[in-house]
Amino acid sequence: MTNILNVAPSPHAHGKESTRKLMFNVVIALIPAFLISVFYFGIGAIIVTAASVLSCLLFEFLIQKFVLKKPISITDGSALVTGLLLAFNLPSNIPVLIVVIGSFVSIVIAKMTFGGLGNNPFNPALVGRVFMLISFPVQMTTWPVPKGLGTSYLDAVTGATPLAILKGGIARGQSITEIMSQLPTPAQMFLGNIGGSMGEVAAVALLIGFVWLLIRKVITWHIPVAVIGSIAIFTGILWLINPEKNADPLFHILAGGVLLGAIYMATDYVTSPMVPRAMLIYGCGIGIITVIIRVYGAYPEGVSFAILIMNAFVPLMNAYIKPGRFGEEVKHG
Amino acid sequence: MLKTFPTGGVHPPENKLTAGIPIEYLQVPGNVVIPLSQHIGTPANPLVSKGDKVKTGQLIGEGKGFVSANIHSSVSGKVSKVDTAADSSGLKQLAVYIDVEGDEWIDTIDRSTEIVREIKISPEEIIKKCFDSGIVGMGGATFPSHIKLNVPTGKKCDVLIINGVECEPYLTSDHRLMLEKGEEILVGVSILMKALKVEKAMIGIENNKADAISHLTSLASSFTGISVHPLKVKYPQGAEKQLIKALINREVPSGKLPIDVGAVVHNTGTAFAVYEAVQKNKPLIDRVVTVTGKSVSRPGNYMIRIGTPLSKVLEAAGGIPDGTGKIINGGPMMGKAVSNTDAPLVKGMSGIILVPAAEAEREPINPCIRCAKCVSACPIHLEPFLLMTLSERGMFERAAAEKITDCMECGCCSFTCPAGRPLLDYIRLGKSTVIRMARQKVLK
Repeated sequence: MTNILNVAPSPHAHGKESTRKLMFNVVIALIPAFLISVFYFGIGAIIVTAASVLSCLLFEFLIQKFVLKKPISITDGSALVTGLLLAFNLPSNIPVLIVVIGSFVSIVIAKMTFGGLGNNPFNPALVGRVFMLISFPVQMTTWPVPKGLGTSYLDAVTGATPLAILKGGIARGQSITEIMSQLPTPAQMFLGNIGGSMGEVAAVALLIGFVWLLIRKVITWHIPVAVIGSIAIFTGILWLINPEKNADPLFHILAGGVLLGAIYMATDYVTSPMVPRAMLIYGCGIGIITVIIRVYGAYPEGVSFAILIMNAFVPLMNAYIKPGRFGEEVKHG
Repeated sequence: MLKTFPTGGVHPPENKLTAGIPIEYLQVPGNVVIPLSQHIGTPANPLVSKGDKVKTGQLIGEGKGFVSANIHSSVSGKVSKVDTAADSSGLKQLAVYIDVEGDEWIDTIDRSTEIVREIKISPEEIIKKCFDSGIVGMGGATFPSHIKLNVPTGKKCDVLIINGVECEPYLTSDHRLMLEKGEEILVGVSILMKALKVEKAMIGIENNKADAISHLTSLASSFTGISVHPLKVKYPQGAEKQLIKALINREVPSGKLPIDVGAVVHNTGTAFAVYEAVQKNKPLIDRVVTVTGKSVSRPGNYMIRIGTPLSKVLEAAGGIPDGTGKIINGGPMMGKAVSNTDAPLVKGMSGIILVPAAEAEREPINPCIRCAKCVSACPIHLEPFLLMTLSERGMFERAAAEKITDCMECGCCSFTCPAGRPLLDYIRLGKSTVIRMARQKVLK
């Protein structure tokens, strides 16, 4: 007998899925949003995305090579996804140096110090983004007005985001009807023709990516639906109570980072719960905290904070929310 | 909507290469090795010794104790020795070695192909006949069948479920048996119904075997109480608890048996063996085995005498192709890797799969990304990622609390893991440790 036989235990078959394939499916899902951001914000979108992605990959490489002295795994796609998502959360006119600082915080502090892929408690891209928001509040809240492919990079014409207009208007005591006249129409918001972080503006592109992620079974519907649903219900109740003081649910869902956050950030595998029931609770928590910050807080937008706060509850949820085991409830037909 | 079990499960590539190949009777080999333990439970006691002449179908090992089964000679000839023999995993156990001389059967066996439908014996006699004939679960678990037919006092069986699911990739032995021995199987089902005193039998077959479904459905119209149910293809539907859930929507509780929800499950292959035992007086001496693989030159479904060396079986299928990296006894999801090709064929072997070297290697192990795919794939709703971590770190008491012993080792978690983590390997380790710890506590 010349054949040397492998005798590993079962299963002897493995599915087609791999970490890299999952990550690249997320990248594919983000392509429509990237194209739209280039279409509205021009060269700045490309510069910021390239800076973010390349610096994330570089920092991961440097840490693995010189600090951890472990095999290099930057080709698994996870740093690429972090870089893309970080860029999508930034204005397209932000200086490269600030982007690189954000990447450093995302990869080195939020990801690698905890042990790298799979071990970080908080979403790395959001940790980087919130760090930048607190450290560079001016640059992080100066949004270019979408002027199409010709929009210039650092000296772009700037304007406020819909949520900032809303917050400012309410602070000045204007009614929703007055504020609405200054706001873009839902159709403009759906297509992304508004100010804001480069990846969050186009609802349509983000939803196309969502469908892709569902088809490829990268994520399940639970978290995005819970986030969006709870925001719709919460803002809907406020709107029904007083439509002159509160914006309608559709505005809240299309404005700011709800879709980007619900579909791409809250669903980050590592920092979200493992059991469907816990996913729904986690998603609702994000939705509720987002609305509280938007309506009652100091910041016009709260998705990033809401996700990070709920990230902190994930280990607790994983420990206490268990799937109903098979045979736990005896059902007689 | 086709029925299936609601949550968990995976869809491995089916690769049913031999579904269209009729059953071929394999030539009786020159010698056989018949292990005395081909079932779960106590090994049988040898009744023959060196130099004895035996006939085909003769009792050579007597089942001993409550969980045990009889062993019969599958050939005629002379006993050359009663000694240990290594099984397909290389583990040694007592076996009867027989040098084949001709093929002389004991007179009581009806070897005609005529189908006998009338069941003449009583339920008690049927159960005794199953024990006498050495019938065990043919799906692979090899649990002695007569025990499952003895409904414990205080419990009631209201439905017999026949497992024609064959959800493992590659395997087609049950499929072919249903197509070629459909009427015999249905008589076997009627015999099992009589033994269990139930009015109703449900045959579950996955929808990828449309020909078997339509064949058995048309045959079943002339039998009372037997219905055929197409099921949506999903692994592991052939697992007893999942099949019961799919067909009658009852969940067998943790640590309980199907009879606790009023059901008894038997495999189609077992139903055929019961038919032969009761109507033809033929003990279990041969079975259908799917011998297959992508590079096998003569894949097929072979009717093979128990005790035939696997090397002879592989020869019939065209030999072991170059570049074979693994040989599996059973299906790719739950089967065992063969380390000894001289081992004999036993009652529980439903298939032999030859896997090319490229597919025999495992993926490299990457960090867990907490994607939760293992959680949604687990048909028992466990958390495989957690059970692996607990086993890895030796936290067995916590693993026991997380129901590690409910794992049936179907392999969905390892199959689905994108990071290529050996989830089931560690769960097996944890499970066996927890079971051992529980036993030691009882013994103290």
